[in-house]
Amino acid sequence: MLKYKIAVASGKGGTGKTTVSVNLFYTLQKILNQKIQLVDCDVEEPNIHLFTKGILESTQDVIIKIPVIDKDKCVYCGDCAAACAYNAILFVKSISHIAVLEDLCHGCGACSYVCNQPDVIIEKNKKLGVVNSFVLPNGGELIEGKIEIGTALAVPVIGKTLKATDENSLRIIDAPPGTSCPVMETIKEADFIILVTEPTPFGLNDLKLMIGTIRKLGRKFGVVINRAGLGDGAIYEYLQNENIELLMEISFDKNLARIYSEGKIIVEEIPEMFEKYTLLFEKIKINLNEADSDC
Amino acid sequence: MKIAITALEKSKTSKMDPRFGRGAYFAIYDSVTKQFSFHENVAKDAQGGAGPKAAEQIVNLGVNKLLSSDFGPKAKSALDSMGIEMLLYSDEEKTVEQILLENC
Ligand code: SF4
Ligand code: SF4
Repeated sequence: MLKYKIAVASGKGGTGKTTVSVNLFYTLQKILNQKIQLVDCDVEEPNIHLFTKGILESTQDVIIKIPVIDKDKCVYCGDCAAACAYNAILFVKSISHIAVLEDLCHGCGACSYVCNQPDVIIEKNKKLGVVNSFVLPNGGELIEGKIEIGTALAVPVIGKTLKATDENSLRIIDAPPGTSCPVMETIKEADFIILVTEPTPFGLNDLKLMIGTIRKLGRKFGVVINRAGLGDGAIYEYLQNENIELLMEISFDKNLARIYSEGKIIVEEIPEMFEKYTLLFEKIKINLNEADSDC
Repeated sequence: MKIAITALEKSKTSKMDPRFGRGAYFAIYDSVTKQFSFHENVAKDAQGGAGPKAAEQIVNLGVNKLLSSDFGPKAKSALDSMGIEMLLYSDEEKTVEQILLENC
């Protein structure tokens, strides 16, 4: 049984990252006789469920504890504000002003830990988002994280989403676009990272940023070029110079765009694409086996 | 009364800094003592919550009225809650000295 964690990421949105995640998932669920989980960590706008048409099996809330300060009992010492690493407590001693800025609070608990007055700080629950689990018609599962509208804390929701996955399954993790903290949270423990990009100057620029970060994390990775044929050849030169593996190329094709827009799964419609994704997985497996023999 | 604006440099001839929470300095004019003073914004490199943190500093400095071309939503509600008068203002040509004298 394979237990790989494969993350699919992209330096910017709209490169076809989610298409790669979804199609790799369908391919693997067909060729491997085991459970595959598709994990949607694009928590601001998770949209994989629109393609997979699964049945919602369970939902759990992602909660943090945020402080509520009793102003009558507070002695305005300011210890809590000084302890808060997120500037989430507004405190001005001269005018006896104290307020919790809920949007900034990360629920770390430092403020209630340092407050030495009894019963001044009590904690209340704040819902940051949900983790949904779906069972899909192909036998696989989709785990999806989703933040509440109006909250900005994606990282805890991603953490909880990844925790809700099954360690004994092969997991394909769709990261949010970009190179921010939520992306790092998603890919930092992946066994292998597939970077999806376009062969344009913008695509190359974002790809370089992403590769810089991944190298710092010390993760194995390779590149998929989507809409090959657009742009120039600079990206190929870069990959060659940097000795980075080009895992797969998907040509720009109106037919693929149509299948995608109809909400269908490309590898189920076009046998050559199924072959392509099978080969993609073979390449990833070789990378991961190399990793094993190294240590 | 003390009136403040964010400044790019620590001098009367500085231009205004368009940002509030992440502005470089606060230029303050005291209409009673007729004195100018300049203060580094302690919040300018904060990871998050720069606006409210800068608002705290403004209150601690005894400012009553604040000019900026961009108050973020969090800075705005913090300043509001502490009774600071806010004025949306933008002029990239004038010095902070001119601006403060004209608006106090
Ligand atoms: S729980 Fe942590 S982040 Fe929230 S206000 Fe307290 S110290 Fe700040
Ligand atoms: S540490 Fe406690 S007593 Fe001191 S200011 Fe904060 S809430 Fe009030």
